[in-house]
Amino acid sequence: MSASAVRLGHVINRALDDALARDSTVVLMGEDIGKAGGSFAVTRGLQEKHGRARVIDMPISENAIAGMAVGLALSGYRPVVEIMFMDFIALAMDAVVNQAAKLHFMFGGQGAVPLVIRTQHGGGLNAGPQHSQCLEAWFAHIPGLKVVCPATLDDAYALLQASIDDPNPVIFIEHKSLYAMKGELSAPPPEARLGVANIVRPGTDVTIVTYGAMVQKALAAADRLAQESIDAEVIDLRTIQPWDEATVLESLSRTHRLVVAHEAVEAFGVGAEIAARMAHVGFDELDGPIVRVGGAFMPVPFGRGLEAAYLPGEAQIVEAARSTYG
Amino acid sequence: MSVTKAAEKKASSNRRSAELLDLYERMVLIREAERMCGVLFAEGEIPGFIHLSDGQEAVSVGVMASMTAEDTISSTHRGHGHALAKGLALDSFFKELMGKVDGACKGRGGSMHVADLSVGMLGANGIVGGGVAIAVGSGLAHKLRGGDAIAASFFGDGALAEGVFHESLNIASLMQIPVLFACENNGWSEFSPTSTQIVFSLEDLAAAHKIDYRRVDGSDLEEVSAVASEIIDAMRRDRRPRVLECITVRARGHFEGDAQRYRGAGPAPVDPLAKTRLLLEEAGASAGDLDQLSERARTQVAAAIEAARRSDEPTLQSAAEEVYAQGVKP
Repeated sequence: MSASAVRLGHVINRALDDALARDSTVVLMGEDIGKAGGSFAVTRGLQEKHGRARVIDMPISENAIAGMAVGLALSGYRPVVEIMFMDFIALAMDAVVNQAAKLHFMFGGQGAVPLVIRTQHGGGLNAGPQHSQCLEAWFAHIPGLKVVCPATLDDAYALLQASIDDPNPVIFIEHKSLYAMKGELSAPPPEARLGVANIVRPGTDVTIVTYGAMVQKALAAADRLAQESIDAEVIDLRTIQPWDEATVLESLSRTHRLVVAHEAVEAFGVGAEIAARMAHVGFDELDGPIVRVGGAFMPVPFGRGLEAAYLPGEAQIVEAARSTYG
Repeated sequence: MSVTKAAEKKASSNRRSAELLDLYERMVLIREAERMCGVLFAEGEIPGFIHLSDGQEAVSVGVMASMTAEDTISSTHRGHGHALAKGLALDSFFKELMGKVDGACKGRGGSMHVADLSVGMLGANGIVGGGVAIAVGSGLAHKLRGGDAIAASFFGDGALAEGVFHESLNIASLMQIPVLFACENNGWSEFSPTSTQIVFSLEDLAAAHKIDYRRVDGSDLEEVSAVASEIIDAMRRDRRPRVLECITVRARGHFEGDAQRYRGAGPAPVDPLAKTRLLLEEAGASAGDLDQLSERARTQVAAAIEAARRSDEPTLQSAAEEVYAQGVKP
C-alpha cells in the first residue's frame, strides 16, 4: 500500500502527535497553536486530541513562553515551543541565550534543558523584513544550543523526534517555502541522529554544502552544472550545530572544490564558519577558492520582484561552483 | 483559665519560640556566611562580583520556612540567602563562590549563578528578571504533575521594570499557575532609587492581573513567616498564584565594593537579626544561648571556608565536556 501524499506541515504534525503519545512529559506551547492550529496549521487538531494541558495556547509573550519552557524543562518536562516566525525569537533571546543554552554548563552538569523551539525562517512569501529572516547563525554561535534545519519530509520527521529526545535546547527551523512541499513519508517513519549530514547527490568535481530549502536549489544547480560536465556533490547538513565536519572534509578531499550555500545573509553566516574551518583543516585538499553563496547584506525586502531578486538561488550556486575553478 | 488550657497555651508558645529560634539560627548562618563572603572577596579569595543580601535574611528564611524540597525557587543575582535557605550546603556554597571543582556548580557559575536542583533551587540569575518566567514554568510543571508543590520566584523591585515580569504575571494569572512572586523591595534598582524608575505600585499591578497581593515588613521574621505560611498553604490548596511584597533593606551597596556615592544618609535600617533576637530574649531565651548559636554559625562557616580553600580548581577540559548534556534524562 503506497502512502498518501503529504505536505511538510502534516509531517511535523505527525511527529508532534507521535511524541505527545509516546512521552507524557512532552508538552507543546505557543501562540495560537490550539484551536487555530498555528499560523501555518502545523499543530492543527493536536489540542483536541491531547488536551489543553499538553497543547498549551499561550498569549503573545515570547520571552515568558521561552522562559517558562526553561522552567518546565528543569522540572522534568520536554516542552516544544512554537515561535510563529523566527524573527520573533529576538523577543525571547534572554531565555534562549542566557538561560536555556547555559544552565546545564553553568550549574555544573546538574539537570538539563531538553526543550525544542520550533520556528520557521526564510523568504518566498513576500512577508517583508520582519517575517523572513534566516537567523540560524545567531544560535549556532551560542555554546549549549543545537540548531537543526531539515530539507526533506523524512528528515523533518526524524530530526524533530531526535530534537525532542535530545537533552539539550534545540532550535528546530522549518523553511516557510517548504510547507508547500508535497511527498510521502516513509513507513515506518525514519529515525535520525543530530549532527549527521546527508550526501544527497554524489559527485566528483565540486562539493556544495547547504541545508534547508536551499538543498533543492543546489540539486537544480548540480543538474545545470552536469550539462557543463561539472559533476557536483551536494551535501545536506541537516544539523548546523553540531555540523558534520567529517563528512564535508571527506567530500572535499575527493572533489577538491567547495561551495557553501545558504539563504541567510552571507556575511558572518554559517558559510563563513564552514569555509574558515575547511580552509584550515582541508587546506591541502583545495584546488581553488572556497566560495560562499548567501543573501545580500540587506534586510529581506518585501516587493515581489525585489524579494525574488534578493533571494540567492540556483544561478548563484552555479556561478559559485564555476568560480571555484578560479 | 483551666490548668489544661494554660498548659496548652504555654506549650504552643514554647513551640512558637522553638520554631522562631530555628529560623533565627538560619538567619544568623546566612549573615555570617555573607559577612565572610565580604571578607574573602576583599582579600581576593572570591573572584568576580558578589551582591550581599545583608538585611534581607528574614525574607529568605521566613518564606522558605513553609517550603519543602519538592517546591522550587528561582532567585536573583543577590541570591546567597535564597540558596542557603532552600538547603544548599554551606560547603558547596563556599566552594562554588571560590570557583572550586566540587562547588555546587563545579566552579562554573559562581555567586550569581549558584544552583542546587536536588533541593529545588533552580538557580540564582545574573539577569534581572531572568528567573521569573523560569519559576512560572516550574510552577506549571507542578500543576501538570498534580500534587501540592509550588514554585516561588524571588526578585527585587528593580525587576518590576522588566517586560518579562509583566508577561509572567499575566500568564500565571491567566493559567492559574501555583507560583509565588516574592518581591524583595529594598528601594534600590542597582544604583538608582526605584522611585525614580517605576511609576506603578506592585499592589496595583497585582490587582490589574487579578492576583492576590500581600505586603509584609521584610525585617520582621515572625510577620514574613506567618503571612508566607498562610499564602503557601492556600496555594497548595487552590493552585493559584500570589504576590508577596516584602519591604526590606539593602544594608550594603549594589555589589560588594560599591562606594555608594549615589546614596544619601537615610534613617538607620531595622536589622532583622537584632529584631528577632530581642523577641527571643523577651520570650525567655538567654543571651548566652543566643551567643552560643552565633558562635556555632561562625564555626560552621569557618569550616566550610577551610574545606573550600583545600579544594582544587577545575580543569578547562572537564568544563568543556559539559557544554552539552549527554543523553541524561532530567
